[in-house]
Amino acid sequence: MAIIEVEHLYKTYQSKTGEVQALQDINLSIEEGEIFGVIGLSGAGKSTFVRCLNLLERPNSGKVLIDGRDLLELSERELSLERRHIGMIFQHFHLLMQRSVLRNVCYPMEIRKVEKKEARQKALEYLRTVGLEDKARAYPVQLSGGQKQRVAIARALACEPRIILCDEATSALDPQTTRTILALLKEINQLYGITIVIITHEMRVVEEICTRVAVLDQGRLAEMGTVKEVFENPKTPAARRLLFTKDDDWGEADKEEVEHGIF
Amino acid sequence: MAFSDIVSMLWGGTGETLWMVLASTAIGYLGGLPLGVLLTITDTDGISAHPVLYKILDLIVNITRSIPFLILLILIQPFTKLVVGKSYGTTATIVPLTVAAIPFIARMVESSLKEVDKGVIEAARSMGSGKMAVILKVLIPEARISLLVGVTIALGTILGYSAMSGVVGGGGLGDIAIRYGYYRYETEIMIITVVVLVILMQLFQWAGNLLAKKLDRRRG
Repeated sequence: MAIIEVEHLYKTYQSKTGEVQALQDINLSIEEGEIFGVIGLSGAGKSTFVRCLNLLERPNSGKVLIDGRDLLELSERELSLERRHIGMIFQHFHLLMQRSVLRNVCYPMEIRKVEKKEARQKALEYLRTVGLEDKARAYPVQLSGGQKQRVAIARALACEPRIILCDEATSALDPQTTRTILALLKEINQLYGITIVIITHEMRVVEEICTRVAVLDQGRLAEMGTVKEVFENPKTPAARRLLFTKDDDWGEADKEEVEHGIF
Repeated sequence: MAFSDIVSMLWGGTGETLWMVLASTAIGYLGGLPLGVLLTITDTDGISAHPVLYKILDLIVNITRSIPFLILLILIQPFTKLVVGKSYGTTATIVPLTVAAIPFIARMVESSLKEVDKGVIEAARSMGSGKMAVILKVLIPEARISLLVGVTIALGTILGYSAMSGVVGGGGLGDIAIRYGYYRYETEIMIITVVVLVILMQLFQWAGNLLAKKLDRRRG
């Protein structure tokens, strides 16, 4: 069964120069246990799209169904409760800087009113899962980018989520760290069966871990299919443009691979 | 006047000044902190955006902050009398000091809270935090260093105001400086009083900075 269904999603912004159509008539469904990629150039509406999945941004019209429940019909209180089981990680991590790593991971349990001792114990478990239990007492400022993202992943796990949304989660990281973070996400997907939605502009990210991919172009869904289908046989100009844009983020070694004709 | 008299007078004055400053800063925060939070969350990009309410609060804060303290002191004398039974003396001065402190503190709280990274607030909301949780667990704790620096500034400003209240018999060091130093031309007493005020200001600043440094986790 589809865990996320999006129907006729529209989102418009008011800007100084007039209306901007951020999303136009997006329809897609994501199956439980999938790692679903959403790829597009900057300004394609990817971030807006992922923010509509937990209503951090409210679409102008359409439906966002999680397990068949339309989030747009929930009250603010019900929406908060629904969000508690959707984890989210961000490009710039967004950790609480004045809290220790352990207390950052405790945060989602704190707002669910989980007993303090139990929360700490679970938080340590999640930190073990992401390989950072020795940093429990450290503060975010003392960590590297990759470590911060691991803490963010542990914090997302503390939501006991069925879905984790990743908004450009690897875009601020170097290629090697990106790989380890992606491997960790894959592991979590397999270990807990958590559905993962990944928003990215790096096609290598999609290639590495996604099962299916949607291509967004200027607010529209240009193409969707398995990664193999879309990457081997892109049908739309948008997808082709994306596939043949040079990915500078992956460093020297990878350029060579490109030259040797992986694609 | 004997030296020991001067010392005991200054000692008493310092006690009065401290009482006025600390009490009105404390009460000022009881009013100013919630008001500052309200200003933060009702502004256009706040978590409870409410442009009309924001405009009203903003205007009230601006108006009260525009009134010079000395004028405010006299203007609200009837109110002061209503609250403490008289309109002069140390305890009575706490009323106008607090009235002046609240909007000033609210503004500083607002500016501190608005420094908190919007992304962190978004992350908290994505995890299903209610508004109270965002305020109590994210906004205030994340802004605590800036808030603490604000407390130091508030103490200093109110110390200055409290000295001004000496003009209308407000008690404390300002009162001594004006009565002896200014009206009786005893320049030495005025100078000594001012020195004591400077020392108090330094102490507030030093304690505030020390605490801020100790509590900040953003330094490695």
